[in-house]
Amino acid sequence: MTPALALDDVGFGFPGRKVLEGVSFAIAPGEFVVVLGPSGGGKSTLLRLVAGLLEPSSGQLRIAGAEVRGPRRDVGMVFQKPTLLPWRTALDNVLLPAGFSRGASATERARAQELLAAVGLPDAASLYPAQLSGGMAQRVGLARMLLHDPDLLLLDEPFAALDAMTRERMTLLLQELWLSRPRAALFVTHSIPEALLLADRVIVLAGRPGRIQVDWRVDLPRPRRPETMADPAFNEMALALRREFDLVAA
Amino acid sequence: MTRLFPPLVTLVLILGAWQFATGPGGLPSYLLPAPWPVAWAIWDGLVGGAFWPHLGFTLTATLTGFAIGSVSAILVGALVAESRLFERFVYPYLVAIQAMPKVALAPLILVWFGFGLASKVVLVALICFFPLLVNTITGIRGADRDLVEMARSFSRSPAFVFLHVKLPAAAPGIMAGLQIGIVLALIGAIVGEFVASDRGVGYLIGSATVNMNVTAMFAGVLVLAAVGMAGSAIIRALHRRVVFWEADPRLPPPSEG
Ligand SMILES: Nc1ncnc2c1ncn2[C@@H]1O[C@H](COP(=O)(O)OP(=O)(O)O)[C@@H](O)[C@H]1O
Ligand SMILES: [Mg+2]
Repeated sequence: MTPALALDDVGFGFPGRKVLEGVSFAIAPGEFVVVLGPSGGGKSTLLRLVAGLLEPSSGQLRIAGAEVRGPRRDVGMVFQKPTLLPWRTALDNVLLPAGFSRGASATERARAQELLAAVGLPDAASLYPAQLSGGMAQRVGLARMLLHDPDLLLLDEPFAALDAMTRERMTLLLQELWLSRPRAALFVTHSIPEALLLADRVIVLAGRPGRIQVDWRVDLPRPRRPETMADPAFNEMALALRREFDLVAA
Repeated sequence: MTRLFPPLVTLVLILGAWQFATGPGGLPSYLLPAPWPVAWAIWDGLVGGAFWPHLGFTLTATLTGFAIGSVSAILVGALVAESRLFERFVYPYLVAIQAMPKVALAPLILVWFGFGLASKVVLVALICFFPLLVNTITGIRGADRDLVEMARSFSRSPAFVFLHVKLPAAAPGIMAGLQIGIVLALIGAIVGEFVASDRGVGYLIGSATVNMNVTAMFAGVLVLAAVGMAGSAIIRALHRRVVFWEADPRLPPPSEG
């Protein structure tokens, strides 16, 4: 089967600074992969390459078998900051990939409403971003990512700025959305518990330039719940990751 | 009501001081006219109709020049902000012209465009062009890069990104530029009328100077002050409407078309 995403020996550098080197991995359709790594390790750069916002200096990226040449409609992204347009309503922000309410089809408009309900904001359609809390704003971001029902999800530390409780709730919401239609996902974080609540596979990206240090399967049953964090298997894995992480971060 | 009270007290005090200064033993009326003759001169000019053609001329010059200068500033600003090439070839000259006091060009502009309305419009347009140009460029350039990248990641075209991300991001700066521009526009029109004109409030003040008619000068200046304040207030109201997401985030915007 063609992987949903395949990276082959990908390298990238900004002028005078190598950020990624020899990065190779593949994500199967329906597989949830979490990338763990220290700050400045090149995680956002990796996602930008996959999103077609940057071009690799070496190597190849393929989405569904086709080389990445720019942003694609079948890829949806969520960013660390909410990145909502302050001058547009929540509904219009969800509809941005379709050109706002005006440019969207009736189907897209209906789907945007459904998605707002699915992320727990059934009544927020006409609210402006300034009227939303950080958690609500990221819910809108999740809905926007899903508008065109993408086959590949890219999430760049989407919950890092939220308080611990909200963060856990959002993590479980994301799992729920994903379980309703499993698809390939590349999720960046530096929280080990968050990684283990979501991942089918965890990749540790570290070093200067960043390389893949660890690529492990996570075989915990789904749906994972807050109680999953008390599971011995969960703790064992968390500790092992912790050790790897400290090793490479040192 | 309570908001209006303090400035009203100040106004009454100023008028009182003014009246006192022009009273017995005070300044002679050929230096400082008393408040009442000035108020009368304004009333007479407005009701008697003598002011209106001049006010109309000044307003036409101000608003036409302001419109032309502002629209071109936003267009050129957008070009400079979006095009490297345009920036490299043209921007240095724009900066050089910006540093020059535009009113110094007034006599030249009058020679080129005649003593009528056209020269005033050109001067006004030139004067309010630059502050708005700079604000437009910094506003568009200053658009949140994360927002721009987000829109690009969802396959939005460069035109969409410009129209729906960069331009709204520049709106507060553009509105501030318009705010500066409207005040400068009025100055430009008056300077133009001072230099050479047979109409306009600037001309009225100028000819009153020749006759040493201080009362008429005061009347003209106060009318201009009112016009300037009205212009500023209109732009401020417009600002709140256009940039609703910055004014008071809890308030919904005015209904959108
Ligand atoms: N636009 C840029 N120009 C130059 N260097 C950059 C740019 N963006 C990121 N970097 C550098 O690349 C490295 C990796 O950044 P990033 O991918 O954002 O890391 P992470 O997301 O893992 O924190 C950092 O050292 C950062 O300073
Ligand atoms: Mg990052």
